[in-house]
Amino acid sequence: MMAENGKDEAAASDGESADGSASLTVERRDSNLLRRMEICVAEAEKRSGKNAISMQETFTVYLIETRPADAAAEGRVQPPESVWRRYSEFELLRAYLILTYPFYVVPPLPEKRAEFVWHKLSADNMDPDFVERRRIGLENFLLHVASHPGLSNDKILSHFLTEENCWKEAVYETGFQDKADSRMRAFGATFRVRSPQKCFIDMKQYSEELQCHTSQLLRARARVADRVYAVYKVHGNYGRVFSEWSGVEKVMGDGLQSAGHHMDSYAASIEEILEEEEHYADQLKEYLCYAEALRAVCRKHELTQFELETASQDLISKKQQRDELATGMVRTFSFKGVTNKLFGQEAPEQREARLSMLDELIADAEDSVRAKAAECEEHVQKAWADILRFKEEKDKDLREALLNYAAIQINMCKKGIQVWSNTRESFQKM
Amino acid sequence: MSVGTPRGLASSGQKPITEIPHPLSAAEESLSPGPDVSISPGGDKDPELTNGTLVDGSSPASASSTSALLSRLQVEENSEADAAELYASTETRDLFVTVDDPKKHVSTMETYITYRVSTKTTRIEFDLPEYCVRRRYQDFDWLRVKLEETQPTNLIPPLPEKFVMKGVVDRFSEEFVETRMKALDKFLKRVADHPVLSFNPHLNAFLTAKDLNKRQGLALLTKMGESVKHVAGGYKLRARPPEFNAMGEYLDTFSQKLGTIDRIAQRILREQSEYLTELREYASVYSSWAGSEDELQRPLEGVAGCVTTCCGALEDLSENMSQDFLPVLREYVLYTETMKNVLRKRDQSQAEYEGRLEAAVLRRQEDRTPMPLEVEKCQDKMECFNADLKADWERWQCNKRQDFKQLLIGMADKNINYYEKCQTAWESLVTVLQEKQTEDKTSETN
Repeated sequence: MMAENGKDEAAASDGESADGSASLTVERRDSNLLRRMEICVAEAEKRSGKNAISMQETFTVYLIETRPADAAAEGRVQPPESVWRRYSEFELLRAYLILTYPFYVVPPLPEKRAEFVWHKLSADNMDPDFVERRRIGLENFLLHVASHPGLSNDKILSHFLTEENCWKEAVYETGFQDKADSRMRAFGATFRVRSPQKCFIDMKQYSEELQCHTSQLLRARARVADRVYAVYKVHGNYGRVFSEWSGVEKVMGDGLQSAGHHMDSYAASIEEILEEEEHYADQLKEYLCYAEALRAVCRKHELTQFELETASQDLISKKQQRDELATGMVRTFSFKGVTNKLFGQEAPEQREARLSMLDELIADAEDSVRAKAAECEEHVQKAWADILRFKEEKDKDLREALLNYAAIQINMCKKGIQVWSNTRESFQKM
Repeated sequence: MSVGTPRGLASSGQKPITEIPHPLSAAEESLSPGPDVSISPGGDKDPELTNGTLVDGSSPASASSTSALLSRLQVEENSEADAAELYASTETRDLFVTVDDPKKHVSTMETYITYRVSTKTTRIEFDLPEYCVRRRYQDFDWLRVKLEETQPTNLIPPLPEKFVMKGVVDRFSEEFVETRMKALDKFLKRVADHPVLSFNPHLNAFLTAKDLNKRQGLALLTKMGESVKHVAGGYKLRARPPEFNAMGEYLDTFSQKLGTIDRIAQRILREQSEYLTELREYASVYSSWAGSEDELQRPLEGVAGCVTTCCGALEDLSENMSQDFLPVLREYVLYTETMKNVLRKRDQSQAEYEGRLEAAVLRRQEDRTPMPLEVEKCQDKMECFNADLKADWERWQCNKRQDFKQLLIGMADKNINYYEKCQTAWESLVTVLQEKQTEDKTSETN
């Protein structure tokens, strides 16, 4: 029943999601996992325990609740399945996804440590505001992953969401870490692709620009927050001095006193406003992280491309070797050629042996090239489709983020007008 | 109350000031509302909020009955609010002055600014109904010195600072000249509204003479323009009457609070300036990001534009505070200092009287001579001083209330204005962004 529902819904907006390259308008609603179940990160709790090196530590765990989507639709009240996870487990999940699906732009996690902090904001991971924002970030992560057409069907993911036990073991059993080492090496190395695909080059460039711009923006915003905080707080001093002054005034006293109170509340109002702005900053941080993921996909493409070229090159040279051996014409330098010249040609049996060995190697190399080419092709197809999907989502999300920001600013202005109007009224009574 | 036009008042050039009947010696009559034409520097439209003072010098009651005088003052002191009404309501004024039209003059010796001083009056002390002369700061300073010399018992309004101590301020910049001009205008209006000072012959000369004949001692005067003439030297004050004590204490607290407000305002300006710097940078980051986006280019440019608009609004706010708020605040600091000096002079006057009285009493005890005339004169002087001071105090309190009300309301208005500008900018951006959203939504469902 549930699966059918899912399929029907997916079919309804079909024609678009049929082939990867045109899945531009796949919305979150239509993807598999999220259709089948509701997911939320409901709570956060402090726990104490012993860590890997047997030291006592305090950490926060988050409650993931899942519920079949049709339960609500059918009016059934079903208690959710719940699983407690800590941040490091989310990190592990993401690392697994990145290594297992290198052609997908994997959604980001909320930041590990508070960065781009403006001075008043607590950089303490235990701070309740920080924990709350992290909870929201973790929920967003899960929603993004669950609505990703490629990622949402992963078994490890569903295990993560529904079953607390043995999850870590299951992840390690997949052997995803093996890919980690080669990935690290590859990303560190500089290599040149002979015939790079322009679209990926451009996209890599774009991802670097996006990273640059979002981090610049986050830094600038933090500085602005710092300054506006100071401006508001200094007005609090007016509160005090008006109050003191009102003590010696007969007629003006009441007006001054109440004006002072308004100035106090003006000064206090900035905290709430800036806390709201942190959510906007979080949205920007999400895309800073996304930019990195995007770049990784592009780099992975380059790597597979490079590996394909290397494998092809290897095949070509092996074939050449075989040719030379077969025809006796030495076109390329080889050790065997030199020894032949020095010590005379080898015996025909030896030659035959070497020829057949080479043939085997060539066969292997051809398989290798085929496999690499397929990998490359798969990567290109899937990655490009995902990149386009990402781009659309990014445009939508960021536009919404900017709208939110504008709303915060408007709210700030309205509050400012309110306070100053009240203050004006007080002055009027002087 | 009705106020008749000043009649029978001797031309101030003929009688010494002390013989001109004190305005408070007139019977308390209600003021009839009259048109208030001159606009105070802050552009105040409320006709009641003038530097309104009682212009009345009609009744030639003698100033000798000091007890009657004092009792009249007692009545008036009962409620400051009533007094405020007394002075703040509109009255017929017959002397209007304005300072405007600054011009730079360059000569071989120096460069300086002159201002146009326009006068309109129906007073008979003036030969013509209208005058228009040009005066420079020096001339205002001269006037103030003369007023202090000739009206030692009155509170003379302050002038803006003579020297620019900051060192970096340009004496000929538009803002500086504008600020100074407003302060000079205020000074002159306060003098012209004063029932006693406005009849001073030096004011007359200042307003009318083609070429002011400056006295020699100008260069020797201090920065504040305070003449250092003491009423008498060496007399110790026994006990200050409580009302003057209260004044002194009030002035101490008040000037302290003014100083604090000045510091706060300056701090706010500094913080706003730094905020502005960061905001500009912030706007440019949005702009440069917009360059690498396609769909998001317009929204990002939109945000950059909004932030830039807010920068402009913030700049305006800071400028206003710096040009309108701070100078008036500082002027009141000067005013307070002046008032304190007058209090001190009054103390001197009382000390002298008490000293002489004591000496006379001792002598009387010895050889039964009648109270010497000089003692009586001293007493008169002291009591006149007290009366003048109280009257000026009331006027000053009233003006202070109006001035600060205006000043602070102005500050609130500027801030409201700033937020309104910002809100408008952001709201129009929201409209644009939301339009795009609905555009996209409709295209998606198609």
